[in-house]
Amino acid sequence: MTGAQILIESLKREGVEVMFGYPGGSVLPIFDSLYDSDIRFILTRHEQGAAHAADGYTRATGKTGVCIATSGPGATNLTTGIANAYMDSIPLIAITGQVKTFLIGNDAFQEADITGVTRPITKHNYLVKDVKDLARIIKEAFHIASTGRPGPVLVDIPVDVQQYEADFVWPEEIVVRGYKPTYFGHPGQIKKAAKLITACKRPLIYAGGGIITSGAHKELKDLAERIKAPVTMTLMGLGGFPGTHELSLGMLGMHGTAYANHAIMDADLIIAVGARFDDRVTGRLDAFAPLAKIIHIDIDPASISKNVRVDVPIVGDAKNILGQLLEEIKQVSDMSDWLKTIESWKKKYPLAYKDGGKIKPQYIIEQIYEATKGEAIITTEVGQNQMWACQWYKYGYPRTFISSGGLGTMGFGFPAAIGAKVGCPEKIVFDIAGDGSIQMNIQELATCVSNKINIKVAILNNGYLGMVRQWQELFYKKRYSYTRIYNPDFVKLAESYGAAGLRVTKKEEVRPAIEKAIAIDNTVFIDFHIEPEENVYPMVPAGEAINRMIGGMA
Amino acid sequence: MRHTISVLVENKFGVLARVAGLFSARGYNISSLAVSDTLDPTVSYMTIVVEAEDEKVLEQIKKQLNKLIDVITITDFTKKEHINRELILVKVNYSPKDKARLEGILSKYIAKIIQHKGDTAIIEAVDEQEKIKELLEVLSRFGIKELVRTGRVVIA
Repeated sequence: MTGAQILIESLKREGVEVMFGYPGGSVLPIFDSLYDSDIRFILTRHEQGAAHAADGYTRATGKTGVCIATSGPGATNLTTGIANAYMDSIPLIAITGQVKTFLIGNDAFQEADITGVTRPITKHNYLVKDVKDLARIIKEAFHIASTGRPGPVLVDIPVDVQQYEADFVWPEEIVVRGYKPTYFGHPGQIKKAAKLITACKRPLIYAGGGIITSGAHKELKDLAERIKAPVTMTLMGLGGFPGTHELSLGMLGMHGTAYANHAIMDADLIIAVGARFDDRVTGRLDAFAPLAKIIHIDIDPASISKNVRVDVPIVGDAKNILGQLLEEIKQVSDMSDWLKTIESWKKKYPLAYKDGGKIKPQYIIEQIYEATKGEAIITTEVGQNQMWACQWYKYGYPRTFISSGGLGTMGFGFPAAIGAKVGCPEKIVFDIAGDGSIQMNIQELATCVSNKINIKVAILNNGYLGMVRQWQELFYKKRYSYTRIYNPDFVKLAESYGAAGLRVTKKEEVRPAIEKAIAIDNTVFIDFHIEPEENVYPMVPAGEAINRMIGGMA
Repeated sequence: MRHTISVLVENKFGVLARVAGLFSARGYNISSLAVSDTLDPTVSYMTIVVEAEDEKVLEQIKKQLNKLIDVITITDFTKKEHINRELILVKVNYSPKDKARLEGILSKYIAKIIQHKGDTAIIEAVDEQEKIKELLEVLSRFGIKELVRTGRVVIA
């Protein structure tokens, strides 16, 4: 077999059904093999779109997504997508072509040192110099990407390695001696944690993306209900605990709910599960959770005590550890006073917005929630659209909210929606977008139409780069420096690609337009003209304690 | 504080760049580095000396080192009893009348003259860091023309 054939065969052995990518000179042998293969290939219009689509596919299905690009610019165009997956611990395989082995380092045409470039944004990467190593490397790459704290792995394959012949040898097992993730919590630590849980009076579970990665949503719900602890989620954790549950406090942090942030400040025990105390969550670190002891459950030892002091660290897989904890906890205090306090905060500081004027973006998201009965997969771009999508849609299930958390990549939501829809064709997939973000990967309209991928894009069009404008309003004396943007006619633009476009300028048109978009068997852009200077509230200014919220009715 | 960390790694291309990248990404300068093969040809040994004011950042670097797929084990010798050695080769100004004085000085260290030609002598010294520092101060009186040194190696 040629290297290219070995690659395709290896991908099939790993269960790959679909790939996203873009051809080019240094991947011609791979594309030639792909031509005969039954792997579905989605040709995007930009390599960044391919990386985000593979990422969205992973987030929606839990299966490791695969993207491919040629050497040089093809590879460098993948990098934002790779960095995005890295920050959110998403398993992803990026395959890149490379110039011929004897040309590497010669500034050859379309050469870039992509293993060098992606070293700090991949979990691991490989340059394949011998075709005999290829099958083993692919198997290792999938293993490393999808286990432990997952992440992207890049495999760079020179074009001559793709052409060389070798026998196909699929390794039965692989040994990576420097890589042995811990999956079960240390029994001593479990006992210590259980003791704290038994003794606490005001517990709070702070759940992150690790819940979704490890599939721990059932154990999380069991634990919350057993000990009567309210649950707040990070952006990455949304969907890990039902948003409609009486113990749910929604999201915490900079644009979290006031009641979640107050709960952090008042809790006497915080059980952090698969979360990493990001600065957008903690606000000012020395004022974070002053009364609480902290149990931190995470698969990555480097996440523990990185930002906050932790009383009981437990390294391992969230699902296993929550299971171990559930077995260990016998009895807990009566939490009714604590839950009453939480209830009073919920009544006193609900999420709210003032109606009137132009269409309110919050209303649009509420209507999408109702029209889809909370059963859709929601992807977002980054900025105000993303925060409103976090606040106003109640995610009932894991893998239904797909958003760029750590890196905050504008242009992520639309291609991620493509990946999600390819992975879950039976689901309605909505990208909640801003007029700025959607233009960062708008070329993927062609991918949707040509592959009959049916996505709904709700553009919250305020004519601004809204989140930056909000900061300029609040912290830069309304000096709107380069945040007012000129937009195309999104309806005509969608139509020119062969997709459908709807424009909505009145509140009463919102719901019918959403229903109509869902009924259209095509990708639809809904151009919602919203209140131009609507802000996301509550908001904790950067560097403040997280109960120092400003704005809105909260 | 000066930290000495040793890292056992896979003997593969690119590993040094991965290790060094963790330091440089956080703005940390590696003050000395020794890399070599081991008895096992698939494994390399790195000894890294780094100046770190913030213990927390160093702790994070060590955890991140441990996370590298190609890193097998790491050891921080800073708070452990250990023996360390560095080798220097130094060219000093030399005239035959200095011979006795120079040899007298060198006898207090693990050091010797390995060559002298014309007005230059080449001295080799192997010792622990403090002694090397001391020796260099003494030798500077003769006038140091050139100095090369290896990274520190340690054993516990």
